[in-house]
Amino acid sequence: MSVDYSKVHEVVIVGSGPAGYTAAIYTARAQLNPVIYEGSVTTGGALMNTTEVENFPGFEDGIMGPDLMDQMRKQALRFGAELVTDDITSMKLDGEIKELTDGMGNTIRAKSVILAMGSAYKELGLENEKRLSGRGVSWCATCDGFFFREQLIAVAGGGDSAMEEANFLTKFATKVVIIHRREELRASKIMAERAKKNPKIEFMFNTQIVDVLGEDKMSGLKLKNTKTGEESVKDFTGLFVAIGHLPRSELVKGQVVTNNDGYVEVEGRSTKTNIKGVFACGDLVDHTYRQAITAAGSGCQAALDAERFLAGH
Amino acid sequence: MATEKVTAANFNDVVLKSTTPVLVDFWAEWCGPCRAVAPILEEISNEYAGKIKIVKLNTDEEGSVAMKYGISSIPTMNLFVGGEVVKSIVGARPKPAIVRELSEYIG
Repeated sequence: MSVDYSKVHEVVIVGSGPAGYTAAIYTARAQLNPVIYEGSVTTGGALMNTTEVENFPGFEDGIMGPDLMDQMRKQALRFGAELVTDDITSMKLDGEIKELTDGMGNTIRAKSVILAMGSAYKELGLENEKRLSGRGVSWCATCDGFFFREQLIAVAGGGDSAMEEANFLTKFATKVVIIHRREELRASKIMAERAKKNPKIEFMFNTQIVDVLGEDKMSGLKLKNTKTGEESVKDFTGLFVAIGHLPRSELVKGQVVTNNDGYVEVEGRSTKTNIKGVFACGDLVDHTYRQAITAAGSGCQAALDAERFLAGH
Repeated sequence: MATEKVTAANFNDVVLKSTTPVLVDFWAEWCGPCRAVAPILEEISNEYAGKIKIVKLNTDEEGSVAMKYGISSIPTMNLFVGGEVVKSIVGARPKPAIVRELSEYIG
């Protein structure tokens, strides 16, 4: 890696989903020579664990999530963005010159920083969920579905990701049961309909998962009906958790203002955080839309905001 | 030393009978996190040559071994010492985190 640690860079971008790469494309085209920290194992962001993306404009027949990210990455490279496959482990954002330290212990300095760290899978928060992860409990259907052939699988969640995971898993599983805490799904109509029409998918509404059962391998779930309070045990050999995401804002908490759920707060329709020269975009900010295209859009905004900030300096 | 490929046929010789600790990376082509963690394992394999052997088992081609060790998520990285699994790392992690997990064996 040929990053120059001696100079003060114009802009450093942290994160490499659609928001980070779009910010990289725009700032690179604006001749700001951005350095983008892609993350050591999170390069490409959440879309790396998806299959077909059908709603990203410009791809009439859809595109595989990892391919889309690969193209964005190459597009950023083409305009001279410097890509670093490492994590940022700490940030000092106040003051004119921001200091960021990476996983190798190098410190990079910059006049502006674009935060695009995205979000991580939310866990159910059960003790046995952790213990049995990799032994039946999973967060990535595209990675692990294959290991659940001819099995009875539960999917926790009621949003689009839960529907997508469930649909994908029917390729392997005998039956997939979507377990959702509420009465109705949160998923978009098209995704919900697709799941409802799938003969291998069943639904359990108003149901909360209270424990994951099993010694060395997952064997079942302890469930609770949220209406009646009645508890029951059901046999499952797999559980895919798709109950949503948490913003990856731990590194900047206490420096930039975040809301109660940890999302970074920005000023009005801009991407400006409370710190001058620090901008935030993508799922790190957005708890409402959370789409590849909206993340890309806000990455573009962050780049333009940073460009204006640097021009006024 | 670069990582090497291991199969059901040579698993016994390469992994179970090894006198140095062996980290087996259960992976597959289609798995994004597996691809992300692959270069990290190469680096660790080179940096800690002699102390640990890192081998890769393709779960697509060698399903029987994956099944025997109850693999249900990939990447799973199992550390074998004296033929026994002494540690199991599930999911891609940054390099310092993996090195930390292995520290008592490569120290």
